[in-house]
Amino acid sequence: MSGKIITLSHGNGGRRSHELIAKLFVPALGHPELARLADAACLTINGTNMAFTTDSHVISPIFFPGGDIGKLAVTGTANDLAVMGAKPLYLSCGLIIEEGFEMDKLELIIKSMSEAAEDAGVHVVTGDTKVVEKGAADGIYINTSGIGMLSERAPRGLSSVAVGDAVIVSGSMGDHGAAVYAERESLLIKAPLHSDCDCVFPLIERAMAVCEDIRIMRDPTRGGLSSTLNEFVMDQPFGIEIHEAAVPVNDPVRAICELLGFDPFNLANEGKVVMVAPYEKAANIIEAMRSSPLGSEASIIGRVTDRYPGRVCMKTVVGGERIIDMIVEEPFPRIC
Amino acid sequence: MKYMSAFRDSQAAAALSIQIHKITPHRTLRIMEVCGGHTMTIYKYGIKDLLPDSIHLVSGPGCPVCVTSNSFIDHAVALARMPGVVVASFGDLIRVPGSLSSLVTERSQGKDVRVCYSPMDAVEIARREPDKDVVFLGIGFETTAPTVAAAVKHARTADIENFKVLSAHKTMPHALKALVENREVNIDALICPGHVSAIAGTQIYDFLADRYRIPCVVCGFEPLDMLQSIYMIVKQISQGRSEVENQYSRVVNRLGNPVAQQALKDVFVPCDMEWRGLGMIPDSGLTLNEAYQVHDALKTIPVHLDAPSRENPACICGDIMLGLKTPSDCPLFGNACIPETPKGACMVSSEGNCAIYYKFFR
Repeated sequence: MSGKIITLSHGNGGRRSHELIAKLFVPALGHPELARLADAACLTINGTNMAFTTDSHVISPIFFPGGDIGKLAVTGTANDLAVMGAKPLYLSCGLIIEEGFEMDKLELIIKSMSEAAEDAGVHVVTGDTKVVEKGAADGIYINTSGIGMLSERAPRGLSSVAVGDAVIVSGSMGDHGAAVYAERESLLIKAPLHSDCDCVFPLIERAMAVCEDIRIMRDPTRGGLSSTLNEFVMDQPFGIEIHEAAVPVNDPVRAICELLGFDPFNLANEGKVVMVAPYEKAANIIEAMRSSPLGSEASIIGRVTDRYPGRVCMKTVVGGERIIDMIVEEPFPRIC
Repeated sequence: MKYMSAFRDSQAAAALSIQIHKITPHRTLRIMEVCGGHTMTIYKYGIKDLLPDSIHLVSGPGCPVCVTSNSFIDHAVALARMPGVVVASFGDLIRVPGSLSSLVTERSQGKDVRVCYSPMDAVEIARREPDKDVVFLGIGFETTAPTVAAAVKHARTADIENFKVLSAHKTMPHALKALVENREVNIDALICPGHVSAIAGTQIYDFLADRYRIPCVVCGFEPLDMLQSIYMIVKQISQGRSEVENQYSRVVNRLGNPVAQQALKDVFVPCDMEWRGLGMIPDSGLTLNEAYQVHDALKTIPVHLDAPSRENPACICGDIMLGLKTPSDCPLFGNACIPETPKGACMVSSEGNCAIYYKFFR
C-alpha cells in the first residue's frame, strides 16, 4: 500500500479508496462476491436471489437543506440495493453517538429515518446503539445494512456492456455535494441549493419495466458522475464518451461550482442513478423515468465506445474534447 | 447563468475557429498564457482541438502555487513544527512537497495547519485564539495580494497582533520581462492574465509590445474569450503589429483598480523574489513594509531550517513553466508523479500545468 497512514483521500471514493479496497480488503477477506466491488453483494439463499449491503454515514453537517443524516442513512443503503436491481426490504440501524449529543436532535433524526423508510417501503427491523466519550466521535454516526429482493431483470453487470450502449443519468448532477458544501462552510450565498437525497428504486422499477437488459447501474455518490463513469470503464475493453451539454446540472449548482472552482461532475448525488443500457431502448427508459417527478430531467448523456478503452472522454460545450478523470483529493468535507 | 452560457456557445466557437484557421500563417506560432486559469480554460474546454496545428499554446509561470519556491515551503513547514504556531493557507499549497516534507504531511502528524478560503479567515482564527501566532501563507500575484493587504490592515485596526503573514507574493511585470529576455523561451505572443490585469490594468504590458515587439491580448476565462483572444493575437501577427489589446474589457481597463493598488502600496514594498523555474528576479516580489512589520512572520518569528532547500533533481517543473518542455517530456510524469503522489508543484495545484495535463489531456 502507498502511504504510511490513512488520509481523508482513502475514504473519498476516489482513486486511493479503490486502491485500499483492491490491495488490502479484497485479498484479505477474499470472497468472490466481495471482489466484484459492486454497491451490494448478490447472494442466493435457498434459491432466492437477494442483495445485501452496508453503508456508514458520517456526514457533517448532520442537518442540511433537503435532508439530514437520518434520511441519508435510509436512502443511501436503499439506493445501494436498488441499483443492483433489488427492491429494498429490510434495514438494520447502528448508531454511534457522542456523549453530550442533544436529545432533540436525535429525535429529529429518528423521525426523519422513519419517514424516509416509509417513503422507500423499507422497514428497520434490528438495531444497536453505542455512546462514546465526548470527543471520540463527531456528534452522531449511523451505519445501516440492508437486504432486498433481486428482480429477474437485475442488471447483468459490466461484462454485459456493449459498444454503442447508451449512458443515461436520471437527473441533474451535483445537487447533494453542493448543498452540503454550502451549508457546512456557511457560505453566504443566497441560492436555492437542496440535496437530492431520495430513494431511487421507483425510478429503477420504471426503467426495468421497459427494459429487461439494463447492463449496469450505480448511484453516483462520493466522487460524483466522474468516479462512477470511471468505475464502469476501469480495466475494461471499452470507454465512455459523454457530451457536456447533455448532462443536466441545475443553475445554482453550476453557479457555486463557478465561484469555487469545482466541477459539478465530481460532486456527490444521493438521489440519482447512472445506467448503461442498449441504445435502442434508451428512449423508452428516459420516457419511463420522466414519468416520475424524481426523473423529470432523465437524459442520455453519451455512449459506450471502443475508441479509448478504459477512459472517459467528454465533448465539451464548445466542441473540444477532454478526459474525465476520477477525483484524487476530495475538495469537500464529509458528505455522506 | 444565462450570461455565462453566452460565452460557451458552440456555434460562435465554431465560427471563431474557422476565422482563426483562415488568418493563421503557415509557420509555427508559439503563444504563451501566463495564468493558471487560462491553462484550465484551454484544457477544460479542449480549445486546442479548435485551432490549427501550427498554433502552439505554451503554458507559462502563471500558477501561484507552482511558482512558489521550495525554500518557502520549507519555511512554512518549519513554522508548522513550532509550538504555538498555526499555519493558515489556501488549500492547494499544503500539498506541495518541500525539500523534506509538506504541510499536509505535517498536519497528518498533528501539526496545526488549517485551510482558509480567504486571508480574513486567518485573521478570525487569530482573534479567537490570541495565545497562538497565526501565520497566513501569502502567495499569488497582483490578484490575491490586495486581499492579504486588506487583511493585514484589518488586523492592525482591530489590534490582532498575532496575525502574521509569510509573504511570497509576486508581481507580473518583472517576471514577464525575465521571460521574454530568456532566449530559450522564444514566444511569439502573450495571452495576458485577466485577473492580474483587473487590478494592475493593461498598462503594465506596454513595455512588452513597445520594446520587445510582443503582441499582447488580455483575455477572459470563458472558452469564447480564449478563442477571441487567440484570433486577436493571430490578427496582430498577420498584420505585423505588436500592441496591447484588451479582450476582457467587461472586467479590465487600462489603469486597473486604484483602491486595490493603494492597498498594496500601503502594506507592501517590492523585494527580490525567488520563482520556481525562473530563479531570483529583482523587485518581482512583495514584502510587508516597515509600518506593518509586527505582522511579518519573517521578521517576528525566527525559524531554524535543518538543511538548505533543494529541488527534486528529476523534476522539470521549472522548464515546464518556461514553456521549454511539456509534462510528457518529464520522466516522472504519470509514473512517480501523479496527483496522488505529486513530486513537483505543477502536479499539485489544480491550476498547475502537469495536473491539468494529467486530468484533461493525458
